[in-house]
Amino acid sequence: MTNPPRELSPSTEGELYTLNMGPQHPSMHGVLRLVLQLRGEQIVNAKPVIGYSHRAHEKMAENRSALQFLPNSSRIDYLSGMIYNLGYCQAVEKILQIEVPDRAVHIRIIAAELNRISSHLLWFGTFLLDLGGITPFLYSFDDREQILDILDSVTGSRLTYCYGRFGGVTRDVDDEFLERSTAFIKLLRTRLLMYKRLVTDNVILRERCIGVGVISKDTAFRFDVTGPSLRASGVAYDVRKAEPYGGYDRFDFEVPTEEDGDTMSRFHVRIREIEQSCRLIEQAIASMPEGDILPKKMPKRFQIPKGEFYFACESARGHFGIYMVGDGSDIPFKMKLRTPSFSNLSAMPETLRGTMLADTIAIVGGIDIVMPEIDR
Amino acid sequence: MSQSITDYAPQTITELVGNPWLAMPMAAGIIMGALTVNVLMLVWAERKVSAWIQRRMGPTEVGPYGLLQTLADMLKLISKQLITPANIDKPLYHLAPLMAFAPVVGAVALFPVSRDYVLLDNDLGLLFVFALGGMAVIAIFMAGWGSNNKYALLGAVRSVAQNISYEIPLILSALSVVLVVNAMGGSTASGLNLSHIAWVQSHEHVWFILLQPLAAIIYFISALAETNRAPFDIPEAESELVAGFHTEYSGMRFSLFFFSEYTNMLIVSMLAVVLFLGGWDGPLLPGPAWFFLKSYALIFVMMWVRWTFPRLRFDQLMTFCWTVLIPLSILNLLATALAISVL
Repeated sequence: MTNPPRELSPSTEGELYTLNMGPQHPSMHGVLRLVLQLRGEQIVNAKPVIGYSHRAHEKMAENRSALQFLPNSSRIDYLSGMIYNLGYCQAVEKILQIEVPDRAVHIRIIAAELNRISSHLLWFGTFLLDLGGITPFLYSFDDREQILDILDSVTGSRLTYCYGRFGGVTRDVDDEFLERSTAFIKLLRTRLLMYKRLVTDNVILRERCIGVGVISKDTAFRFDVTGPSLRASGVAYDVRKAEPYGGYDRFDFEVPTEEDGDTMSRFHVRIREIEQSCRLIEQAIASMPEGDILPKKMPKRFQIPKGEFYFACESARGHFGIYMVGDGSDIPFKMKLRTPSFSNLSAMPETLRGTMLADTIAIVGGIDIVMPEIDR
Repeated sequence: MSQSITDYAPQTITELVGNPWLAMPMAAGIIMGALTVNVLMLVWAERKVSAWIQRRMGPTEVGPYGLLQTLADMLKLISKQLITPANIDKPLYHLAPLMAFAPVVGAVALFPVSRDYVLLDNDLGLLFVFALGGMAVIAIFMAGWGSNNKYALLGAVRSVAQNISYEIPLILSALSVVLVVNAMGGSTASGLNLSHIAWVQSHEHVWFILLQPLAAIIYFISALAETNRAPFDIPEAESELVAGFHTEYSGMRFSLFFFSEYTNMLIVSMLAVVLFLGGWDGPLLPGPAWFFLKSYALIFVMMWVRWTFPRLRFDQLMTFCWTVLIPLSILNLLATALAISVL
């Protein structure tokens, strides 16, 4: 059994019909709605309809001071809330040129990478759930639960963290946190071996994923696809390497890439990213310095100076950018969030064309989108 | 064994009771009661097996070990309001659950549960079981067509294609067993008689899984597809088609589909036991115990598979059937026929 490349038959034979997939569909992540035009089970046209969970975060940012917006930041993408929360802090630090103490840098990297692992684990479970494998979902959530517990012990929340502060983090971590993180990494490595044996090497999974939903390098560039989906197309672009921020240049890690750009490549890239995140956490723990977690001298007010500012960080799904325009007051004049899932989803109509209905689920699940992040 | 191989005849319920008008309702009562208990226990078992595989507890609250959970669920389903969607094809929509339900009940009567007794002894038993199994396709298509729902229709279309395709290897692999039975059991008894197939295996002290290992494997794979079980549960692939052909059914109508699905599991397992695993044949324990032990062991394997593997894609499923299973089963049938004529 192989997957022959499927060409869309040029004949107009047979009637087209429209199938509304979502927003209430068991395997549409969040509230994505896909309007599919089908001929038989083959997709002729796919149109994503978004906006069902729009909360106007960008507008909210223009009505409150930078500090007041901080709790909003982790709500943009609830699955990698820590990365967004810290990313927003780092953006403001970049604008106001606040120096972050070394200990806070290390803590931030541990927290962000734990969050990245939890996001990838959740994707792993739900993606396999989409493919009909129910059991891996419960195992990966079991692992993820431990991350949530570890982060809960220091941040006080499980999903929508507000752990970052301009210049550092809210609470210092204790030895127990570090020990638990180390123990978890050790456990996760054994679990990853098990996942490889039971899931990655499974013949049905390979049949469903290899050659399915190919996003070529060219398509990825045209639609500005970033993150694991871009790296699966053979482009080693990672903001952590390309424009190092938050101390990532002090650590040794690789940017995993795959060549094929299909769903299986995206699968491999994410699994390998989990391993890289483990490495980062281990390094950060091993070289954890003593000291403060917030700078000694802090400005009383966080005034955004006149001008335009841009800061980017690598979320679990790709390039997350914050564009801010200041007018000298506490409140940003304008804020624009560049979220990765939005661009990744926009490549879908082209990718889905000509595929089977059953592949829709594998492809859309494979790019790992989070709807609230798209709608903001 | 004092009996010769050809003069075996188990007692049917009609012979036992004497009066066919009394025997028929009795048989129906026995089947319905047994099947209801069977379905209740199977659903419970499925939930427990999946819980073990997924390191959960499964149902624990209602009754000891949650045994009465499905009974409570059934009562809930019975008491639910029957929702009829708008703009449906009424006759098809209403008939479909019954069409799915009735054939599976009929098929159960033919299985030789023990050496000496069978509810219905029919010389065309195997064909009858397959014929009734084929009717399930009609019911599924009626449900999908009548529901006025695109997901249901897609599920039904897939189901028809899948079930018709997989019936071919299923029947071909069973036919190779029939050839063996006819060769071993002389010409007077029919190789299509289920009691006789089991009897020959017991009499000759050889289970047909040893003589026909390939047919047994093909049969089991096709049976998974025939009962719409994972990894072939494409007609009701919930991640794509919501619930497939029964998307628009709720309450008791839904539970009739559910009932027939789980009874189908039992039927294909019992048929596998009769064809390949010697039926009621086994040491020490009485015949019915062996028969059901083997059947439920097979059902356990089906559950195990379901909770372990992801789902195939529809076209892969069809390719697998037409390029692998059907040629293999035809080759197996030809090889069997050749071997019999040579020996």
